[in-house]
Amino acid sequence: MIALAYPDHITATYYLILAAILFTIGAVGLLVRKNTLVMFMCIELMLNAANLTFVSYANALNDISGQVIVFFTLVVAAAEVAVGLAIIIAIFRRRQSVSADDVDLLKG
Amino acid sequence: MEAVVFFVCAAAVIIGALGVIAGRNPVHSALFLLLTLVSIAVLYLQQHAALVAAIQIVVYASAIVVLFLFVITLLGVDKQEAPDDAHPVQRVAAVVLGVLALTGILVLVHGNRWVTGSPSARGGLGRAETGNVETLAKSLFTDFVWAFEMTAVLLVIAVVGSVVLARRSGHRAEAPVAEVPVAEVPVAEVPAAEPAAGERTPA
Repeated sequence: MIALAYPDHITATYYLILAAILFTIGAVGLLVRKNTLVMFMCIELMLNAANLTFVSYANALNDISGQVIVFFTLVVAAAEVAVGLAIIIAIFRRRQSVSADDVDLLKG
Repeated sequence: MEAVVFFVCAAAVIIGALGVIAGRNPVHSALFLLLTLVSIAVLYLQQHAALVAAIQIVVYASAIVVLFLFVITLLGVDKQEAPDDAHPVQRVAAVVLGVLALTGILVLVHGNRWVTGSPSARGGLGRAETGNVETLAKSLFTDFVWAFEMTAVLLVIAVVGSVVLARRSGHRAEAPVAEVPVAEVPVAEVPAAEPAAGERTPA
């Protein structure tokens, strides 16, 4: 139930709504921004929203596996950032820019 | 008290997220990202996930944000961007799509049903006063041990891949335009009837 009156107890629904808002902000930012570094930060926002959902459900369902999955998400995020920033550095060497608009070789 | 902590942290999360996508300077975006990540760590603490909160601080708020800041300053892009970042139509369309997606997720949240307090086969949360590190470790090294091993493989691949991508040496990694134009040198020496086989030409 979505009830946004001032509560005396924070249920999992509040965390899920917060995670949904955070995910949406990240997705909109990914669509709006053209700086590849900021786009990567928006991906981090979306990954964090997913992590928050996992932890909230682990708490609500009293199930430890939700927290274990967060570890794997963290590993994937770390690997993604390492490889992604290396790609950004390689692109910057070729084009002297980090804007996604400058990487348009496949545009035809 | 619980509600106060939640709403303060939720406000910080949303302000940080909006600051990430609104900041004109990438350094500011990275610092707003830090605000979001630390606030989410507090929300983890509130949900009996102490170890996850600690790792959020150590890995996300420290390592990943520092890596972002390092790359931003390394590339020298820590300056103001032009304000015409996106096309106005594109921006409006993105916001409309975002609102639609948010509505969809909220409908899903509204419709969910769960049974609380019934631990699954993986085991309960282990809400001891000292945290649930032991429960978490037991699950990680028994039920999820195969995935845990695979993360090691993934990290090795990521390390090797980032080194290969980011290193400067090697003739394949460099742009052809950075070299001396190939056509100048062979034309004087090689007979015109015999094209230089295997010679790379600038694209």
